[in-house]
Amino acid sequence: MTLRSSKRRAAAAALMAASAAVLGLSLGQSSPGTAQSVSAVSALRIVAMRRITEAQYRNTIADIFGPDIRVAGRFEPIVRPVHELISSGASDAAISPTGLENFDSMARVISAQVFDEKHRSQFVPCAPASATTSDDACAATALAPLGHYLFRRPLSSSETAFYVKLAGEAAGKSGSFWKGLELSLGAMLVSPSYLYVIERGESDPGNPGSLRLDNQSRATRLAMMLWNSTPNLALLKLAEEGRLTDQAQLNTTATAMVNSPRFEQGVRAFFADMLLFEKFDDLAKDPIVYPYFNQEVAAALPEQTLRSITDLLLTRNGDYRQIFTTNRTFMTRVLGPLYQVPVHRSSGWESHDFAPGEDRAGILGQAGFLSIYSHSGRSSPTLRGRAIREVLMCQPVPNPPGNVNFTAVQDVHNVAMPTARNRLTTHATDPTCSGCHKITDPVGLSLEKFDGIGAYRVRENDAAIDVSGQIDGTDFQGAEGLGKLLANNPATTECVASRALEYAQGKPSEDEALIAAITKKFGENGYSIRSLFLQAATLPEVWRIKSAALPAPAQVSLAAPSGAISLKPRR
Amino acid sequence: MAYDLSRRTALRGMLNGAGVVVGVPLLNAFLDGNGQAMAATGAQVPVRFGTWFWGLGVNPNRWFPTKAGPNYDLKPELLPIKALQSKINILGNFNVPLDGAPNLPHSTGGPAIRTGRALTAERGLPGESFDVTIGDQIGKRSRFSSLEMSSSGDARNSLSGRGGGNLNPSEVSAGSLYQRVFGTGFQDPNSASFTPDPVTMARRSVLSGVTEQRQSLMGAVGAEDKIKLDQYFTSIRQLEKQLDVALTKPEPLQACIVPRKIPELPVNAEIETVMKNHEYMTDLLVMALACDQTRVFNMMFNNGASSLTRIGSTITHHQLTHEEVLDNRLGYQPEATYFLTRIMEAWVYFVSALDKVKEGDRTLLDNTLVLAHSETEFAKFHTIDNIPMMTAGSAGGRIKTGIYVDGIGTPVSRVGLTLQQAFGVPVDRWGSKSLETNRAITEIVA
Repeated sequence: MTLRSSKRRAAAAALMAASAAVLGLSLGQSSPGTAQSVSAVSALRIVAMRRITEAQYRNTIADIFGPDIRVAGRFEPIVRPVHELISSGASDAAISPTGLENFDSMARVISAQVFDEKHRSQFVPCAPASATTSDDACAATALAPLGHYLFRRPLSSSETAFYVKLAGEAAGKSGSFWKGLELSLGAMLVSPSYLYVIERGESDPGNPGSLRLDNQSRATRLAMMLWNSTPNLALLKLAEEGRLTDQAQLNTTATAMVNSPRFEQGVRAFFADMLLFEKFDDLAKDPIVYPYFNQEVAAALPEQTLRSITDLLLTRNGDYRQIFTTNRTFMTRVLGPLYQVPVHRSSGWESHDFAPGEDRAGILGQAGFLSIYSHSGRSSPTLRGRAIREVLMCQPVPNPPGNVNFTAVQDVHNVAMPTARNRLTTHATDPTCSGCHKITDPVGLSLEKFDGIGAYRVRENDAAIDVSGQIDGTDFQGAEGLGKLLANNPATTECVASRALEYAQGKPSEDEALIAAITKKFGENGYSIRSLFLQAATLPEVWRIKSAALPAPAQVSLAAPSGAISLKPRR
Repeated sequence: MAYDLSRRTALRGMLNGAGVVVGVPLLNAFLDGNGQAMAATGAQVPVRFGTWFWGLGVNPNRWFPTKAGPNYDLKPELLPIKALQSKINILGNFNVPLDGAPNLPHSTGGPAIRTGRALTAERGLPGESFDVTIGDQIGKRSRFSSLEMSSSGDARNSLSGRGGGNLNPSEVSAGSLYQRVFGTGFQDPNSASFTPDPVTMARRSVLSGVTEQRQSLMGAVGAEDKIKLDQYFTSIRQLEKQLDVALTKPEPLQACIVPRKIPELPVNAEIETVMKNHEYMTDLLVMALACDQTRVFNMMFNNGASSLTRIGSTITHHQLTHEEVLDNRLGYQPEATYFLTRIMEAWVYFVSALDKVKEGDRTLLDNTLVLAHSETEFAKFHTIDNIPMMTAGSAGGRIKTGIYVDGIGTPVSRVGLTLQQAFGVPVDRWGSKSLETNRAITEIVA
């Protein structure tokens, strides 16, 4: 056995012992605390169900079972609502028969590994009476802590009994204790309690008559929002002790979390969502027009942008506005030809500073952004301008009308109109089109020195490229000019602040006052991303539930005792 | 479920008279259980329903026939279907009234045909797509309730689902489609031996356990989350059914020949790759149907705003439809039309593949009905009235074929209504607002 695996085993055993103690789930013993939390869970109202994302699923499995447990399978994609985050789409997402079939086969692959001969001792602290029959006591010892982690809350006693029963029955049918555990864990992994992040409301003592998220929902939201994974033992323990509804404790915990190295995983997930990185999944470029583009390049582009972002915002604790101006990025071998720069390391990433004249300012000067907002064989000032408006400034641009006449427009080989600027100007003189193109094109045209994969060029069809641009009445030149203006435009900081709220809550915030307040505080803290997420995690408003729209659930019996309702006799 | 009637029980019900209510349309209810094949072999041959989608429409004056009725004339772009014309209907001149909702380019047309509703926001489907409704009617007994495929990649490329955030994702590679249908869990219906797998039996009981959790969750959720949970448990039932199928000895099926494993192929939007993927997927689907693994399918050849490309072209099919100059001499856009030619070629491949498989004295195509449609009429202008549509096959004799139907501007939802009725869905009125209709397309109802 390697040192590493024995270490991890010890750690896992300690975790299990600790969680069993917290849960009162050491065999046969049932603490009053457990009983209380069981009834508390069932009496609470579910206020949101968000489907777990692919990254959250993978991170959860790695955190609970170890990084060597392979997650194999295809994830049903979550539909992104237009102008919103995938995190909001997750609140709408159902699981189709195909989706569940995929989750089921993934669950079987995972649970078979967890209880195989190599791994079972890490998760089963007892020896079964017989390897070929059921052993309820040993099954409970193994399954209850795993259920606690997977469901992000303690299992109720009836749930534990249920999964133990499943394991027992399956052991009987298959003639193997381990197969029984495997199938029971597989059932947990397809349960809605695992596949959905379930948020529950409880009555808010500070605001009589309204609801707030309960402790377990808070632990889960903190973990998913800040670390993009399942809550760890410390968070589950704080939730169990009811301490996450305490403002001081909440502040302490969230502060520690945004200062943890794991926050990088959360920041990456947030920007991948905000910047629509799912577009990289289908990115295709014409191999004749762009010989420097291939699948390795496509895979390196989002990583380059995320490295630039986390380096600036976390490693250097920088100002968010600098993501539009920074000249620091990271290079890997496959990107060398595209950027025409030497990459010294044969593998991995190295930092790279662009020179001022290269016009590679911020993430908009990087090939990732430039290539996803281009066509397969040429650049698109309109797509780029639209993305800057919609994604970075939260200013939705109307769709083109249904009956566009493009005949006046582009033929890239037209000698009379060699550059995109010529062609778009012709098109945008049409009054039905000009309204929107005025919003997008003067922004996007400033990036025309970068072609459809973001490679630098000075001429298009032998004509010099003019990179003058205009945004909201202000003229500027090139990517550097654009970056400076965006950095100073209040729309960009308000946009990221409102996205952080949306990301936390799983729906766009309609609370203008809250967005304004959080943006102001963001500014007072030097536009630090840590401070922004700290606010999104600690402001009392984000934990309150707008209860007006919610009907009273049938089974909650928290209302006044029936005697308190006095029926007045009618006169 | 509602139509799990044999001819005899239905007759008995009618003879006994009193209060027997039989939903519309009665005849189809008979056919669902005991279709045409009774006469041939005595065994039941299932009927199947599927869709075949292509993006960016046609050049209307080069595609739609002029003469309505049987023996329609074939314009240049429809000429490839000549050999199959007697089995294909063309549906033209059906409208998509939006009641003031915006025409969201390339997004509105497809869902209108599938759901009978106008899209109001780009947020999934505006309602349940009728392939799912038909699947509930005819697909309950097969291993997969339906199979979705996208030969140009992107699992999100789908028009099938129960509405809102529920979209049945598409298989994007022939390799994964093979694995899903013919990999682990597949049982050759013609295999001599059958031994139920004890682990499958154990899994089956585990899943019924999961279903038991339903009540405890349902009580605590609000309306929106209740819908999600309902859909979740519907998906669980489908999974249970798959295991039930795996635990039952399958009936032998003469037409079923288990295909060979598929090599891993590239998946992208380049037209030659897409043609190849589509062929492999079609061949697999045909055997999935012949081996009765599913009775419902949805094939997306490309996506709505087609991202198809051709080596050496700087812009996609979609951009070509907007930006390519109309050739005055030809009267159409030659580069954009190149893609349409390939699309029709793929459609002919698809229909022929179904027609090559014999089932008794008919073909698999005869026992199937495929609705092929696009999402725009003429992509250059995003027009959504007169979206090109075709049906192929006769659904076991329920639909007449070889006819061009002129819808004379009536709502496109008539297509969905007619096909649902043909498959025994008890519905006499379908669609919402101006898309609501109770008029089936009688010209093609057998």
